[in-house]
Amino acid sequence: MAASTSIRPGRRAWLTGYIYRPEVRQAVYQVVLLAALAFVVIWVVNNVAENLRRQNIASGFDFLGRTSGFDVSQSLIEYSNLSTYGRAFWVGLLNTVLVAVLGIVAATAIGFVVGIARLSSNWLIARLATAYVEIVRNLPLLLQLFFWYFAVLKNLPSPRQSYVLPGGATFNVRGLYLPAPVPQPGFEAVAIAFAAGLLLAIAVWRWARRRQSLTGQRFPVFWTALLAVVGLPLAAFFAAGSPLGFDYPVLRGFNFEGGIPVLPELIALLLGLSMYTASFIAEIVRAGILGVPKGQTEAAQALGLSRGQSLRLVVIPQAARIIIPPLTSQYLNLTKNSSLAVAIGYPDFVSVFTGTVLNQTGQAVEVILITMGVFLTLSLVTALCMNWFNRRMALVDR
Amino acid sequence: MGTDATRAWPVPRASAGPMLWLRQNLFSSWANTVLTVLAVWLIYQVAATALGWAVLHATWTGDDGSACHEGGACWPFIGAWFGQFMYGRYPDAERWRVNLTYALALAGLVPLMVPRVPGKLWTSIYVLCVFPVLAVVLLSGGILGLKHVPTDFWGGLLVTLVISSTGIAAAFPIGILLALGRQSRMPIVRWASIAFIEFVRGVPLITVLFLSSVMLPLFLPERWSIDKLMRVLIMVALFSAAYLAEVIRGGLQAIPRGQFEAADALGLSYPQKMGLIVLPQALKIVIPGIVNTFIGLFKDTSLVLIIGIFDLLGAVQAGMATQRWLSPATPMTGYVFAGVVFWIFCFGISRYSQLLERRLAAGGERVVAKAAYD
Repeated sequence: MAASTSIRPGRRAWLTGYIYRPEVRQAVYQVVLLAALAFVVIWVVNNVAENLRRQNIASGFDFLGRTSGFDVSQSLIEYSNLSTYGRAFWVGLLNTVLVAVLGIVAATAIGFVVGIARLSSNWLIARLATAYVEIVRNLPLLLQLFFWYFAVLKNLPSPRQSYVLPGGATFNVRGLYLPAPVPQPGFEAVAIAFAAGLLLAIAVWRWARRRQSLTGQRFPVFWTALLAVVGLPLAAFFAAGSPLGFDYPVLRGFNFEGGIPVLPELIALLLGLSMYTASFIAEIVRAGILGVPKGQTEAAQALGLSRGQSLRLVVIPQAARIIIPPLTSQYLNLTKNSSLAVAIGYPDFVSVFTGTVLNQTGQAVEVILITMGVFLTLSLVTALCMNWFNRRMALVDR
Repeated sequence: MGTDATRAWPVPRASAGPMLWLRQNLFSSWANTVLTVLAVWLIYQVAATALGWAVLHATWTGDDGSACHEGGACWPFIGAWFGQFMYGRYPDAERWRVNLTYALALAGLVPLMVPRVPGKLWTSIYVLCVFPVLAVVLLSGGILGLKHVPTDFWGGLLVTLVISSTGIAAAFPIGILLALGRQSRMPIVRWASIAFIEFVRGVPLITVLFLSSVMLPLFLPERWSIDKLMRVLIMVALFSAAYLAEVIRGGLQAIPRGQFEAADALGLSYPQKMGLIVLPQALKIVIPGIVNTFIGLFKDTSLVLIIGIFDLLGAVQAGMATQRWLSPATPMTGYVFAGVVFWIFCFGISRYSQLLERRLAAGGERVVAKAAYD
């Protein structure tokens, strides 16, 4: 009797049982998702092809080889309106890299100073740093860029009444003109001395490290290295009879000529980007230093390390582990935010390529694809470096 | 005898009270004293400049830019353009609709944000389901006898608030799905989520906005013409969804495995497990991260002026570019005004988030999903 009532899976029951198997359902979901994605992609590609044909827009990457016909206000490589669109791509990219590198250096410097100031035992300094962070990070970056560019730099005096800064630089509504160093014959000696000093410093550092791990004796590596890297070239400089001249900016007609001209757009962009990013870096630095347990400092003191030693050997290496990953992501943010240059007319990558080149050629698909490709490559490279660094820095459990 | 020894001497002035505080916090060493003096000088300079600019040398009345002079604020400019800054070109006669929408939003948000007020469930339903419908009807009009106001006429703070609030509200469900997708055991779902998140996070918002204004029309058939503001809303929502997804993933990773296993052991299905057990805990942990994303989005809405939509900052730019208000004092005045408005919003939200964080931390054991905010 029991045997006759035993459940015999019919066709339907078998089917439901099959549907309830997790791996089957997962496969079905994935096939559906893939089909939907494929459908969307094909539909979009079809629409794009249709729209391009109707609007008579060429496709393909041939336009990169054609003459651009427009000028760019700042270029690190040779460029004129006879150059190709491909050349304009590199001009824009290099301008973005310039802003990113200068901005990262400035933002890191301001950010570390403000972050450490927030932890200062001086009440007033700590409050000032807090005020800086709370004001700057709660304002849109674009607003800050406009502020620096339209409200501050555009109100500077004309070239004839420009400010003369100490050292021969001039500053007016057209930008900042720095004296350009011009190496004269004999300057190679300084460069050679610098390279030699660098090599010497590395050699001393390696030797001192080995000696310390073998004998425990310490060697003043820092001062020796400083002497080698700075002292040697300086000595060579004076020995060769100071072979360095300066090309000072001179007022000719309505504008300055000579020197190194720095566009007001670049100054505004650098001020805005570095001050804005610095407010985030300050918070990261503060969190990093607070993240090192007090016991570590106390243990370092108990071991008899001086204040400087305990900072350098105990606190900073541990704080760096907390600080560096978010710091990298801020650097990446700064690079991405440099694309706001388009709003104030600095010829960065987005402004030159995604703006002007797109408008002139009308090849939106190709231009936007290249733009996104560039930024994705930057992000990917940064992410890879960061992962490598994290693996190196990660605590090794013993 | 011994009266002197037992008498209560006053505490030496240098070791208690304000003098001690000053000595410990401002003048503890030579270096600190120098820093204090420098800081006082800096504060004095900034305060004097700000006061001189905003009050003493400011222009208070006038009809155009010629009345304003350099070195002082041009307040009549703000007065004349205030309506534009708040509503854009929204018709004067219809501005009560915008105000009513704000009032309706506050009526939902205030009870939701003040912890003591009961009835959170119903308020949430009102804010998430009823209010959006009311807002669309009121702002856009076209039915119930309300005059239709096309989005071209929207502007100023109204557009800033519309883009940021719609952006975050639409991004939230997409972000949850993406975060769950990224944690999924199904490879295609996981890889599709990762690809989307990393792609969006890797490019600047401005290129995404360019995408919306230049490429979206190419992607769609010719007869589908989508409103410009709508295109931006879609792109902003997708953009913030990728950032939210990473924040929410931080919360999901902080939930102990035991919670997932307990849900499985109870025989809950996947939606039940996530909806009833995991997500409520995960989202609670990452509220500060979500708020940070919102503040970032709120600030980033100003970027839409680059593609020709006039948010608050765009309205300021437009105002100071008019021939009538052209003067060296107008740009600074406009930016200070816009800055104050943006700052009040962002600072207010971040303070509220800190309050919330403290309350939640007091509620249970503290799990910090810090990595996800970065």
